Amino acid sequence: MATVPAVVDNSLEDPRRRAPLVLGENDFTTVTEKVCAIAERPRPPREWYIAFAISASLAAVLLAMLGHLFLTGIGVWGLNMPVAWGFDITNFVFWVGIGHAGTLISAILFLFRQKWRTAINRFAESMTIFAVICAGLFPAVHVGRPWLAYWLFPLPNQMQMWPNFRSPLLWDVFAVSTYFTVSLLFWYVGMIPDLATLRDRATTRIRSVVYGILSLGWRGSGRHWHRYERAYLLLAALATPLVLSVHSVVSFDFAVSQLPGWHTTIFPPYFVAGAIFGGFAMVLTLLIPIRSYLDLGELVTTRHLENMAKIVLATGMMVGYAYGMEFFIAWYSGNPYESFAFVNRALGPYAWAYWTMIFCNVIAPQLLWWRRARTTPWMLWGVAVLVNVGMWFERFVIIVTSLSRDYLPSSWGYFKPTWVDLLTLAGSFGLFFMLFLLFLRFVPMFAIAEVKSVMPAGGLEIGPHHGHGQYWGEIPHQHDRQFGEEGA
Amino acid sequence: MSEPRLSVVAEGPKLYGLLAEFDSVGKLLAAAERVREAGFTRFDAHSPIPVHGLDEAMGIRPSRLPLLVLGGGASGLGAGLLLQWWTNAVDYPFMISGKPLFGLPAAIPVTFELTILLSALGVVGGLVVANGWPQFHHPLFASERFRRATTDRFFVSVEAADPRFELETVRGLLESAGASHVEEVED
Repeated sequence: MATVPAVVDNSLEDPRRRAPLVLGENDFTTVTEKVCAIAERPRPPREWYIAFAISASLAAVLLAMLGHLFLTGIGVWGLNMPVAWGFDITNFVFWVGIGHAGTLISAILFLFRQKWRTAINRFAESMTIFAVICAGLFPAVHVGRPWLAYWLFPLPNQMQMWPNFRSPLLWDVFAVSTYFTVSLLFWYVGMIPDLATLRDRATTRIRSVVYGILSLGWRGSGRHWHRYERAYLLLAALATPLVLSVHSVVSFDFAVSQLPGWHTTIFPPYFVAGAIFGGFAMVLTLLIPIRSYLDLGELVTTRHLENMAKIVLATGMMVGYAYGMEFFIAWYSGNPYESFAFVNRALGPYAWAYWTMIFCNVIAPQLLWWRRARTTPWMLWGVAVLVNVGMWFERFVIIVTSLSRDYLPSSWGYFKPTWVDLLTLAGSFGLFFMLFLLFLRFVPMFAIAEVKSVMPAGGLEIGPHHGHGQYWGEIPHQHDRQFGEEGA
Repeated sequence: MSEPRLSVVAEGPKLYGLLAEFDSVGKLLAAAERVREAGFTRFDAHSPIPVHGLDEAMGIRPSRLPLLVLGGGASGLGAGLLLQWWTNAVDYPFMISGKPLFGLPAAIPVTFELTILLSALGVVGGLVVANGWPQFHHPLFASERFRRATTDRFFVSVEAADPRFELETVRGLLESAGASHVEEVED
């Protein structure tokens, strides 16, 4: 792992000046060059081919497992009564959760004017799109007869029937498909100026045509930028409640049922915090190795890593609080089934999964109180990987422990995954990484125009306020005079 | 009918306008302001980043995109409620767990999602239509220098179609505003 030189550490707080978000001797030209060069290599490096071969093979395994599932039936999974939701829904909630960091970074941090988001937003948004693709797969295939999945949508059909809108499962269909559509729009709209940069730098006919079509004829026009910024701000404002609603709706799948361990009002905020926690951990898991391999320490600085580590720590504490509060309420409610469900989680047959979750999600992130752990890439990466594991187990614990032992001991059971379950999970990672590698190969992995606009040459430092209150997306009120005089 | 054909041949390539290159945000803003103050309306600025204060310098009126959000959101809200009420309570009423056929709390999630979905589609649709996308051909794309408009250079273009356009006056104006290079662009 390339060591990051000391000059690049901009994470120290100096209240007299704002830490630069782009380090080194960089200007607009070099930033464009550095980012575009990654997507413009005639051939990717050998490591890319190796990584792509592995992930594409895993994706092929996923395809084979789905084929096996469709031809044989849902019994190839370890599901049986009473555990009728196992790896399928665990994977679904896990991947949807991963998909939350992207829109959080693009939308919520944008509204809060966190300028550091510019270095990581494209990356995280792409991750969101691919994670939601993986997530959408599982509910579609777990219905058993996926060719009837269109029954989920309110389409007029020969049976003269409509779906049941009073079911949280149908709310999910709307929440996840809206989330995917809006995230895709956000990702694509954000990318138009950068695709135009690739078009203008194209050296071959095919690149110039393909990026030309994708960039829709962008020419950096002031009138276009004006509408573009407005549209981006509006999309951010719309995506903010959306991102909070999606995992809330996912949590309704559980909270609206009457099963002990599921039927709690803490679920929506707890799921949203967990989703952000897991999503940021996945951003770090992907970003740290790529940053080191491509030597991107000037664009993704130590400060960026530290900020993400702080968010992981904060959301990790919320998740830990929720785990504790669930136990408290189970005791305080005086409901014996509820109390049993939680004691059973910690001490029952799935205690191994529960304590894996506690170790990964509550204990491991505590390391991040220590500044050295936040600014040392390999330590941060280690914590992030543990959090990914922990967040998968969180969903497994919630779903499987609650189902396996509910009210009547005569109908208890123990879920064991089959090899098909395990290979399907592995295959979904393969699909995710394969899509991600294609993204790194063909699309600028940084929002170039946004990174430039937080650089000094972007004009942000000109004008009466320094440092805060100015961000692209804002309509300036009073700086324009000053700009004019300065330039004239 | 033969007259227009002849005149096209006689005129040769038509002038689209003048394109001036600047090397900083400050100069771009100053130039855009001077072009606007000189009374031009058919001109544009081009930059690799969104520039603060360019709206005022160019005299761009506030966008009406927020109205589309309102329209999209209201349609989504209405459509969501109508869809759930009509399908579950009118066209195919069926009782599930004693729940009311149509109850507002259970209808909120789908209504909310449709509100957001149609608002977002409205914004992006409005952006695409108002910006005239996709527009794969534009006279400015013929300029070799203009390729840097998406990398590190700032440009002001003034169209020959502007009623006040006079080649030498505009060239002088752009040069005195600090342009590092001014070129003619053919249509």
